[in-house]
Order: sequence, then structure tokens, then C-alpha cells
Amino acid sequence: MADNKAAPDAAATPEQSQGVIHDIGFRHYDGPRLGRGWIVRSLLAETFRGVFGFGRPARAKIMPWILVGILLAPPLIFALIAVLLSLDALPMSYTAYLPGMQFVVSLFVASRAPYCVSRDLRHGVMPLYLSRPIRRNDYVLAKFAGLALAMFAVLAAAETLLFVGALLAKLPLGAQITGYLQGLVVAVLLSLVLAAIGLVIAAVTPRRGLGVAAIITVLVVLSGFAAIVAVLLTRAGSASLGNYLGSLDPYALVDGIAVSWFGVDSAFGRQADLGLAGGVAYAVGATAIVAGGIALLMRRCKKVGIA
Amino acid sequence: MNVTVMQLTARNLLGRRRAMFLVILLLLLLGLAMLTRWASDASPNASSVLANGFALGTVLPLMGLLVATGVIGAEIDDGSIVYMLAKPLRRREILFSKLAVGFAAVFIFAVLPTMAAVVIAGDEGGQLMLAYGVSAVLAAIAYTAIFVTLGIVTRNAVVFGLLYALLWETVLGGYVPGIRAVSVRQWALSVAERMLGSQANGWAVTSEVGMTTGLVMLGLVTVAAVYLGVRRLRTLTLNSIE
Repeated sequence: MADNKAAPDAAATPEQSQGVIHDIGFRHYDGPRLGRGWIVRSLLAETFRGVFGFGRPARAKIMPWILVGILLAPPLIFALIAVLLSLDALPMSYTAYLPGMQFVVSLFVASRAPYCVSRDLRHGVMPLYLSRPIRRNDYVLAKFAGLALAMFAVLAAAETLLFVGALLAKLPLGAQITGYLQGLVVAVLLSLVLAAIGLVIAAVTPRRGLGVAAIITVLVVLSGFAAIVAVLLTRAGSASLGNYLGSLDPYALVDGIAVSWFGVDSAFGRQADLGLAGGVAYAVGATAIVAGGIALLMRRCKKVGIA
Repeated sequence: MNVTVMQLTARNLLGRRRAMFLVILLLLLLGLAMLTRWASDASPNASSVLANGFALGTVLPLMGLLVATGVIGAEIDDGSIVYMLAKPLRRREILFSKLAVGFAAVFIFAVLPTMAAVVIAGDEGGQLMLAYGVSAVLAAIAYTAIFVTLGIVTRNAVVFGLLYALLWETVLGGYVPGIRAVSVRQWALSVAERMLGSQANGWAVTSEVGMTTGLVMLGLVTVAAVYLGVRRLRTLTLNSIE
């Protein structure tokens, strides 16, 4: 504390030095502070922008935008096909498009979810966040909302392109609007469910590179496993059980919700009609995944040290 | 080859949570094989569909990627590879050691389970097991070399590798037939097709290319990948940008 002896003025104002370890004589800020809500908002905005690589170097933009490009290309082709062959509907329905592109969607969430949470956990900066007026659960919710919103933006963009393509191809308007709205609901459900799954896995695998591989492994293996189980059980004569177990795959789960709520054709070709029970069961399943995912994330963030 | 490098690599690969994913994938494959047997009365046809679609098509590339990022990707990411590169060892030697460990891991966690899955799901006198075993070994060599090199070349190795292994071969291959002929899986399958001879068609073991083409392409790709990997490892620059 040699500095203190050299500057006796600092000791003369004890009420100012409260909560300050070293008062080296800078002017204090006593004005209004933006507070907790603003921090959450900033964290959410930063997460959302970071998912697309905005505000980050060019090489961080390559990966997300390649995947977004792959996801947005087919709608244009569909519109072209509809025009050239003068069809009266799109070659692929709004609700079937996203489950049909599930691999690209999985890759997107797998490559972006670790970005959202792994770095903070790996570099031990969580205590720095928590030293601000922000609660632990605010952090989790802001990260979840940021990723889910970003996912929704991408998925909704694909649906919108489908819709615009359908309008340009002069397809009957009424059916297109209903389809578009149903597609948007699928996009909302998918982004919530996938963001929850992705963030939980990313949070337990903070090592770089491992998170991506882990998320994609879980999603691809779940899809493959669920599809095979569903086919086997259907062939063995228990189609409804096959449908339920087939929904271990999050895409099939959301597809099941779309089928039972809107009465559209299943993107997975599942024939069994589960009726009301199915719709309720799927909705409960999706809610459980999202709520459970957030709860697990909150638990994970309870024990975050500097190490 | 250097024993110490191999030991370090193996410890990196099998420690931590990575090993968990390897084992989960393996158990899943075996579980599916049992389900297939139960549902299809051990017909070699269903067994072949499982081995072709799930084991060769999904598990093997995934395993290759998980292992490749484990043997070299993680070390490049956390920067600890500089300590190994600073040792008086040839880069070639380091890479070969890592490739050997990587291949061994893929062999244990993907190739053997594939053969076991075929046996469990249904086989006829071990022919199918042998054919898929040989194909899986060839594909494992190529995948290990490609993905390890990819891990050196780019930090997004996992995503690019997956785009190739799954999107290129399955999705694009479905629309553009020519693409199907440019795939490690098809090249490897060509050997199984030849080994099974006249029964290949009945068991749905078909490849887009002939055996000679398949083997030549596998060899070319593997050698090219290893060569590129050694070259990139010689002039490796580390940077901290994600």
C-alpha cells in the first residue's frame, strides 16, 4: 500500500472508497446504470449476432453462411420446378421441408451451439458475468433465447423463401398461406427443441471441436436409430408404438406435432393415426425437452469456477 | 512411428468424454443389430441393409471424425501441439504415429462392431461378415487419413467432414448419380460386392464402381491425404481466432 501513503487524499474520503479495492483517484460514476435487463438484452443480442458471425472476423462467418446457403437454395429450385412443370403445389410441403433438410439444420445447431456456451465455460469467464447485476438463470435464458431466435430466423427464412417462390409461381393463395403458417409453427418448435438439445450437450463438452462432434453424433444417431426402430416396429405390426418410439428423433417429434395438429402428411411417411393422444403426447414431449434442457443448463451453470 | 507419441495420442483420444461417445455409438450399432434380427428373422438381406446404411454410412464416418478430431484436432485447438512439434522428431513420424493410433481406434470401435453387427443381425456362413469387414477396414483407412488431414487443414474439420460424409454421399448422391461414384463408401463397397460374387445383388451389396476403380481411388485418396497432412504439419501456424 505504498501508493496510499503517497496520496493521503484518498484516505480522506472514506465513504467513496466503499466497495473499491484500490482508489487510484479516478472520478467516480454516480449516474443511472442500465442494470440487469439491459445486460440480458445485450447478452442475447451478442449471442444472436455471434451465431451468424456478425461482429466477428470473416473466417467466423464462413461456416454459418455456407450452411444457411445450403438451406436456402432448395426453395428457389422448388419454385422453379413449380413454374416449369406448372404444378398446383410445391414439390415439397412447408411442414416437410425442414425435417427433410434435417441434416443441414443439425449441422447448423451443432456448429453454433458450442459457440454460445462452450467458450464462456472453457475460459472460465462465467464469474465475470456473475459479478455484474445479472442472475445465473438470466445468463442461461439469454443464451437459450439468442440461439433459439437465431435458429428461428434461419428456418423462417427458408419457409419464407418457399412462400415467395410459391407466390411467384402463382400457386393458389389460400392453401399457400395456411401452409406457410404451419411451416412457421414447425420452425418455432424445431428451433426451441434443437436449441435446448444443442446447448445442453455443448455445455457438458466445453472442449473445442468436441462439442460439435457430440451434438451432431447425438442428433444423427437419434435420427438413424429412431427411423430404424420405427420401420422395424411398423413391419412387426405395431405401427403406433413405432410412431411413438420414432419420435425419439426431435425432427420426427416436431413432425408428429404438425401431423396431429394440422392433419398434414408426415414428412417421414409415418402412416399410423395417433389422434388426440398422439398430439398431446408429442406436445408434452417437446415441452419436456425444452424445459428439461433449460433446467439442465441452469444446473450446469451452478458450478462454474475460474479454473 | 514413435511409441511415446502414440501413447500420448491414445491417452488424449480415450480419456475424457470422447471415449463415452465412441462407446455409445458402438453399443447403439449392436443394439440395432439385435433389433434387426428380432424383426427380420436373421435374414442376411436386412443385416446387409443395416451394415450398409447405418454401419458403413453413418457410424464409420462419424467414428472417423470423432477419432480424427481426438488424435490431432484437440491438440491444435488448445495449442499444445507446439510442444510435440518442437521435439526433434520428423513431422512425418508424428503424423504416422497419430494415424496409426487413429486407425486402431476406428478399427476397434467401428470395424469390429460392424462385423459383430452383421453376425448378430443375420449372416450366411460368415460371408457377409467377411465382406463387410474388408470393406469397413478399407473405408476406415481412407476416412482416418482424410479426416486427420482435414483436422490439420481447418478448424472446422468436423463440420466439413460431416458435410462430405453425410450430405455429399446421401443427399446429393440421391439427386446426381455421378456423385455417388465419388465416395469412400462406394469405393469400399466395391470390394464387398466382388467378394460376394453372384450373391451380392440378392443381398443388396451393390457399388457404383468396379473393384479396380474402387481400390485405385481408395489408395490415391489415402496417399494424397497423408501427403497433404505431412506438408501442412510442416508449416503449421497456430492462431487463436475461433
